[in-house]
Amino acid sequence: MASVTLSEVRKAYSGFAVIHGIDLEVQSGEFLVLVGPSGCGKSTLLRMIAGLEEITDGTISIADRIVNDLPASQRNLSMVFQSYALYPHMSVRKNLAFGLSNLRMPKDEIQRRVADAARILQIEELLERKPRQLSGGQKQRVAIGRAIVREPQLFLFDEPLSNLDAELRVQMRVELAGLYNRLGTTMIYVTHDQTEAMTMATRIAVLNKGNLEQIGTPYELYNAPKNLFVASFIGSPKMNLLSGKATGNKIELPGFGALAFVGAAGEMTVGVRPEHLSIGEPDGRRAEGTVTLVEYLGSEVFIYVALIDGQTLLAQAPGNASYKRGDKVHLSFRGADAHFFDSKGLRIEAPR
Amino acid sequence: MLKFLRRNFAGYAFLSPWLVGFFLLAIGPILASLYLSFTKYNVVRPPQWIGLEHYFYMFEFDDRFKKALQVTFTFVVISVPLKLIFALGVAMALDKGIRAIGWYRALFYLPSILGGSIAVAILWRQLFNYEGVVNSVLSLIGIQGPYWLADPDYALWTLIVLAVWQFGSPMLIFLAGLRAIPQDLYEAAEIDAAGPVKKFFAITVPLLAPVIFFNLVLQMIEAFKSFSGAFIISGGSGAPLDSLLFFTVYLYNEAFSFLRMGYASALAWVLLLIIALFTIVAFWTSKYWVHYENERG
Repeated sequence: MASVTLSEVRKAYSGFAVIHGIDLEVQSGEFLVLVGPSGCGKSTLLRMIAGLEEITDGTISIADRIVNDLPASQRNLSMVFQSYALYPHMSVRKNLAFGLSNLRMPKDEIQRRVADAARILQIEELLERKPRQLSGGQKQRVAIGRAIVREPQLFLFDEPLSNLDAELRVQMRVELAGLYNRLGTTMIYVTHDQTEAMTMATRIAVLNKGNLEQIGTPYELYNAPKNLFVASFIGSPKMNLLSGKATGNKIELPGFGALAFVGAAGEMTVGVRPEHLSIGEPDGRRAEGTVTLVEYLGSEVFIYVALIDGQTLLAQAPGNASYKRGDKVHLSFRGADAHFFDSKGLRIEAPR
Repeated sequence: MLKFLRRNFAGYAFLSPWLVGFFLLAIGPILASLYLSFTKYNVVRPPQWIGLEHYFYMFEFDDRFKKALQVTFTFVVISVPLKLIFALGVAMALDKGIRAIGWYRALFYLPSILGGSIAVAILWRQLFNYEGVVNSVLSLIGIQGPYWLADPDYALWTLIVLAVWQFGSPMLIFLAGLRAIPQDLYEAAEIDAAGPVKKFFAITVPLLAPVIFFNLVLQMIEAFKSFSGAFIISGGSGAPLDSLLFFTVYLYNEAFSFLRMGYASALAWVLLLIIALFTIVAFWTSKYWVHYENERG
């Protein structure tokens, strides 16, 4: 187990900056997920921690030791690649043993570790097969197996589940979480899927365009997003964003009328999560609209409502709600559930 | 039959240039040479059937035949591996990502186009002449070069160098093969603590094996058939002291200097069988060292 510290880490490709000075502290034994849209630099950041990519500026330390100039093989870490990167001409057993024999580990120790990993991942009967004879899920297990036989102080995962089908992805997610609980090793996990991030992470770091937008527990990110980007990136379906005008003691929200708010005057954005928009309950702040689409998910229903001014909001209703296209409905929300952002998109804590 | 002809006439008409070429210029001479190899034939008089006599003579009494085999085998065994190693080395250097790689590729490929020509063979003869460029350069650093072309100990080496210099086409094929190896395998190996040598033998070589095999077979066949360089540099005779008596040069001499067409045909068929044998052996061993990514099993 090891902590990882990034300070002022930058990356530029021939003068073009892609990572703009990131400070990040990963505690020992933590499961940190780096999440962000594609091109945000999360994989680059992971590869820099791995030692596969040089850093342009700043320092990276693992277990309180600066590793800037240390090759990947000496950082005592394992990495699982999106493509699995299994050696195609080697059997599963050799794939697992390759790194260990490069470290000149005694044969019986290699054998023990391979057998242990195979048992944990239930791939014992696959050991003599070649990667091409494995299914996607089995390849994934072998790739994880290759990472755990090293018994490293740090695991890195680069979108390991994105090549799997939806069902398998959910299953592997559970297994990875189980593996984390079992090993307790520090893990850094890159994904663009916020559901994966929310379900597995002890903390999440949200990246956007090479900047760290926010880092916190899934709960903090969901309930107190620091800015508009995090607010709309975390949570599925997305938070509804309404633009309004603050006048000092209230906000004028088109459709909903006035909302009490003490703060500076100016352009504002008010965010309301779909589950906080209630339908049909009479309240001081109500907006009238027409149902344009109904998504039935069984336990809940997502209802798309077009307001009179043309903007579409998404509301969540219980699974037994019976709305249909064309219905006229009223939407309302509690002020306490709303998130407020200033004209720069930064969160404003509403005075309660 | 008539109906078949009528229906397919246009198709065969369009095929006719190829059909005429194939049967008249390829299959015809091939079969004729097989027949001639069992005859005594000097172009002037009609062929005279002698059965397997040429073949018996070749293996039992013909010392020049044995010398030709020895020269050719030496050339193949040395030049082919050297050329492949050189081609792979240059391909790996280019694969590292160099500026203006297109120019380098063209530059390195150029000898492959020119190298087989008579002109380059003549140029080579000039370069390796006792008073040629190679010895002039050597004398600058105080080495007195040997009689490259007149000394039987050195003559074959000038041809091996000429062959290795034509590494362009296997290099291009290697380059394409290297490009096809996924980069993340090297990254996984990097994390798995594999050094450059280990990466080369554990990843590059096995994943490149189909390409290495292809180049090996192709270059081997080409080396067995190699003719023009040896012919020009040895003055058409295999001199000095038969040290450049390539199989093809011997065959040419028998056919066109001594007009022993029957014997030359027999030699040609023996060369074909030797090439076939080597190719079969190569394919047979490939089961043990060539890994195909898409192979079912």
